[in-house]
Amino acid sequence: MSLSFTATLASRGFEVALEVQPGERVAVLGQNGSGKSTLLNLLAGTVRPDAGSATLDGRVLFDLGERAHTWVPPHRRGIALLAQDPLLFPHLSVIDNVAYAQRVSGAPKAGARGAAERWLDEVGAVEFAGRRPGELSGGQAQRVAIARALAAEPRLLLLDEPMAALDIAVAPLLRRVLRRVLSDRTTLLVTHDVLDALLLSDRLVVMEQGRIVESGPTEETLRHPRARFTARLAGLNLVRGTLDGSAVVAPDGFRLDGTRKGGEELADGGPAAAVFSPSDVAVYPVAPAGSPRNNLAVRIVELEPQGDLVRVRCDDHHGHVIAADVTPVSVAELDLYPGRDVVLSIKAASVTVYPA
Amino acid sequence: MTTTRRDPEYSGLPRWVFVPAALGMVFVVLPLFALTTRLDWSRFGELVTSESSLAALRLSLQTSLASTALCLLLGVPMALVLARRDFPGRQVLRSLALLPLVLPPVVGGIALLYTFGRRGLLGQTLFLLGVPIAFSTAAVVLAQTFVALPFLVVSLEGTLRSVGQRYERVAATLGAGPSTVLRTITLPLVLPGLASAAVLSFARALGEFGATITFAGSLQGITRTLPLEIYLQQVEDPDAAIALSLVLVVVAVLITVATTNYSERARG
Repeated sequence: MSLSFTATLASRGFEVALEVQPGERVAVLGQNGSGKSTLLNLLAGTVRPDAGSATLDGRVLFDLGERAHTWVPPHRRGIALLAQDPLLFPHLSVIDNVAYAQRVSGAPKAGARGAAERWLDEVGAVEFAGRRPGELSGGQAQRVAIARALAAEPRLLLLDEPMAALDIAVAPLLRRVLRRVLSDRTTLLVTHDVLDALLLSDRLVVMEQGRIVESGPTEETLRHPRARFTARLAGLNLVRGTLDGSAVVAPDGFRLDGTRKGGEELADGGPAAAVFSPSDVAVYPVAPAGSPRNNLAVRIVELEPQGDLVRVRCDDHHGHVIAADVTPVSVAELDLYPGRDVVLSIKAASVTVYPA
Repeated sequence: MTTTRRDPEYSGLPRWVFVPAALGMVFVVLPLFALTTRLDWSRFGELVTSESSLAALRLSLQTSLASTALCLLLGVPMALVLARRDFPGRQVLRSLALLPLVLPPVVGGIALLYTFGRRGLLGQTLFLLGVPIAFSTAAVVLAQTFVALPFLVVSLEGTLRSVGQRYERVAATLGAGPSTVLRTITLPLVLPGLASAAVLSFARALGEFGATITFAGSLQGITRTLPLEIYLQQVEDPDAAIALSLVLVVVAVLITVATTNYSERARG
């Protein structure tokens, strides 16, 4: 066990128990005010719980209760935090920012800078070493911030919506960097973005009103969400396979045309995932003519109310489950019922293809 | 009618505002100008280099530097506590700390006299310990520090608040302890503000008159600083008073220009 954590904080209605395995990457999803930030702050040591205890790699972070009064301050926890804003120290050069953790732990300047350079190289930012943070773009600064957090060699890395403040155009590159450097690293990622959870975590934890309401392997949880929030946010359709042009082909030949995201790292034949929302899936009794769409012959497995809509879960006879959201009126007009054969139609433009 | 403007942005300032604004500028600048018209330039060198003038100038610089150092020593921790810690009574404490700002300096001088004076609260003990303070150069430094300290505290506290604690939290999660964070993050970040706060206190110390004359007296070379010298010369030799005043004006102008330039460069 890498992290074992239980804490209550009455003033914020927070009551959470969480365990993280060594090298496990956990994504925390939840609405604003659900307690995600409190969780990070309690771990980082910037907020103190009423009661609870936490250990990281066998070392106590805090142990507070009737009789226990152990409290380890933030700088002795070995937990680094990457926030929305890069927060690079403006008075230090990029390389000295990255070397900071090693410098304050007593490493000589040359050694710390050497290590900093390697971390900068890791995130593809080594050419910025001599610059001032003010001279970097948001995406560049965030990459440097990642290098700085990793250079501290934290036993646990906390990420607080690391891509929320970035341009949409920059996010894919940073996501790729994070995918690379976070593999096998004990990580807690707070995010609003289902794709981040999907691509950057092994396990998903969903919080509501200061409590964990759902927890499970990311992909499975996103496919079969139990909590209402997860369902609204997620319930995404996901097809894994290899890349062929801008399409993803599953091992059994199931093919889905989409739109590539994430640029050059996608190579034909390489692993890829196609992601699309149930609201982008149209249901027809027979295949519609014209327009470059994915048309899939499927059988309806179940109908499930989803707020104002009805979620139609379908099976393509080969185990690929696709969900479509339709209005109750459509359900009535098209006469949809479990067991009926229909055709699902998805525009290639609505299907996002990611490296996997 | 079209006019060419330097400022491309609409300022929304009514034109009549310029009239009182110009009046205000004249009100500030005209007296300084008047000073130069009354000065006997042929005797300027001789007046400012007389024995008593030089003694006063030297003493003023020494004591002002000493009290600026004392302000930094006491004021930086005060500003840190006021800006960074939330505790009951903080507002009251801040008001008390800023009291010398609104207190007439003479009152400050009297208060200091009854604290550090020979019959004062601490003065008796200090006297017995062989540290007489009242009417000594140390008293000048104390008086100047008393009036200048709030300038440093209030200005540095503002800088600390505007910089915020986000960088400090990041530094802590990177393994830096509180003292290391203070040394490597907090102080470097507020350095421009700290410098202008120090200069401001120096200027206030340099101009201190009321508390000094009440608490430290006016002994040439020991407690008679430049403002006191000017006040005395105003009666004996008005020309000398004007010449020395001009010296203080020049110092003040230099300080203002230097801090404005520095803080503008630091800002952007």
